[in-house]
Amino acid sequence: MDLIANLALGFDIALSPYTLMLAVVGCFIGTIIGALPGLGPSNGVAILIPLAFTLGLDATSALVLMTAVYYGAMYGGRISSILLNIPGDEPALMTTLDGYPMAKAGRAGDALVLSGVASFVGAFLATLGLMLLAPLLARVAFLFGPAEYFALYLLAFATLGGLASNNQAKSAIASCIGLGIAMIGVDNNSGLPRLTGGNLHLYDGIDFLVAIVGLFAIAEVFFFIESHGKGSSIGVKLEKVTIPVRDIMASGWTMLRSSVIGFVAGVLPGAGASLGSFLAFMSEKSVSREKARFGTGVPQGVAAPEAGNNAAAGGALVPMLTLGVPGSGTTAVLLALLVTLNITPGPTLFTERPEVVWGLMASLLIANFVLLVMNVPMVRIFVRVLSVPPWILLPGVTMVCFVGIFSLSGSYFDLLLMVAFGVLGYVLRKLDVPTVPIILGILLGGHMEDALRRAMVLSGGDWKFLFSSAIAIGLWAVAIIGFVAPMFLRNVLRKPQRITD
Amino acid sequence: MASDRIFGLVVTLVALAYAASATQIQTSFLTDPVGPKTFPILVGGVAALCGLIMVFRPDPDPEWPALRTVGALALAVGVLVAYAYALRPLGFLIPTAIAASILSYQISPRPVPAVLSGISLAIGLFVIFRYALGLGLVAFSRGLTG
Repeated sequence: MDLIANLALGFDIALSPYTLMLAVVGCFIGTIIGALPGLGPSNGVAILIPLAFTLGLDATSALVLMTAVYYGAMYGGRISSILLNIPGDEPALMTTLDGYPMAKAGRAGDALVLSGVASFVGAFLATLGLMLLAPLLARVAFLFGPAEYFALYLLAFATLGGLASNNQAKSAIASCIGLGIAMIGVDNNSGLPRLTGGNLHLYDGIDFLVAIVGLFAIAEVFFFIESHGKGSSIGVKLEKVTIPVRDIMASGWTMLRSSVIGFVAGVLPGAGASLGSFLAFMSEKSVSREKARFGTGVPQGVAAPEAGNNAAAGGALVPMLTLGVPGSGTTAVLLALLVTLNITPGPTLFTERPEVVWGLMASLLIANFVLLVMNVPMVRIFVRVLSVPPWILLPGVTMVCFVGIFSLSGSYFDLLLMVAFGVLGYVLRKLDVPTVPIILGILLGGHMEDALRRAMVLSGGDWKFLFSSAIAIGLWAVAIIGFVAPMFLRNVLRKPQRITD
Repeated sequence: MASDRIFGLVVTLVALAYAASATQIQTSFLTDPVGPKTFPILVGGVAALCGLIMVFRPDPDPEWPALRTVGALALAVGVLVAYAYALRPLGFLIPTAIAASILSYQISPRPVPAVLSGISLAIGLFVIFRYALGLGLVAFSRGLTG
């Protein structure tokens, strides 16, 4: 009955008025971030991290605030998918397929409520799964030595490259860019500078927050300048919001099945929420008796991706907390937050800082109920947010990024670096090179090299040591399959294009 | 096709340069079997290989913006760089108002709303950062206010 005792500890922290307030504020900000096209969970959380530092929050509070934003953004992404046919964030892409046709048929309110309920089911089940699975996995993680960790990091890059992108070479390049950047700075083992080109600013290495904000937020500004903010006016009207009881009942099983699929996809390191919503939608389509009607506004087609997406969001926290390997782009950003707060995720986190882990989980449960209330009865408030024009929003976001990064270090060098990453992010996204592996590379590069070097110290330089345990061999096998298999499944797994009218 | 080939070539060259500079890393007398050079060289090697794959198996070209839009983007980058340099000597309000107005004008080319949104963003953000979040921002340069 450890679980109940742990949860009691967690709720004790989560129900303190201050933490509760942070969770509610986080949910509110998160839903807005998710709803606004162009601001997704990863760049939303990235922008808020420097600001959370200036508030001087302690570790638990900062983590509660940021994960509430993360969950909120996952809920909010569906709003612009349904009303504008523009995914508010990448995982919400699948929701446009049935959500927008449903809204065009005059049922925008129904689609919003149904997807809100589906999000709740997915996120709630995933949070329960997180509570049950994470302590178990944390115990397994004690068996991990440096050889196993090296294989695990490789697995994260391989599955991210294999499943989440359309071109393995491009995503491998992105991973290498990230790993290469992580090498810059003073070497931990020898204490000598590496690859700095003699630039004193680079001796500390490149801060990943600078890279994240540049690649995600600043690059977005360039995209809006290119498109002149076109195509972001509300396409359909939101009439009265009622609860479509029949649709919710009819898609009950869909939500359950999609939650399970989404959760599994989320737990896989590197795969993440986009894959969760995609797999949930495709599998629901293949078991349905009315396959042909998917894509025309069926309730199951709205419920499946939203349940899958939110379940994956919870699942992605499992490897992040227990192994320190993020399951998605946003959890990579959350990992950056943990590292900056001086918390080392991994099995020891569960024994040494139980108040952080269980306070976080209890807060997630509470946040879910808050989000259900915000996203079903109060959804109109967030629909109004969509009418903020991009010519006010984007300059505002840019200025917040500048102040946030400036307040971190107070150096103009970091600001210039952020702009440079923005340009890089724009060019890479134009070329269809994914940017999430870069972030993962910068974050994990140091640890990955460390694991390799410690493994070699242990074995006295014998490379066979990397394949010396069953766990390590298994991880290598999954990594190779995860990277290679999608090449053959490309035709089956092709992502559907957005419908245009 | 062409853009992927060019990008692949650039990646290969940069990766080789990276690996080459990694061979110049100083090693100390106390070192482990792997040393500080191996991993960067490995990363550079993999990147160079992937760059070559892109050269030989490119994807279809993306839609690159027209020359005028490229100019607009270059201007935006220029504004951001200038803003980064101006933030400390000139204080928060004036550079922010100017930079935000220009960006706003670039997204939606109407001068009056752009300037208004730039000025109100500068004042609004300053109030939020200074009084709600307690950041030590300087409103104007010390030279102006004495």
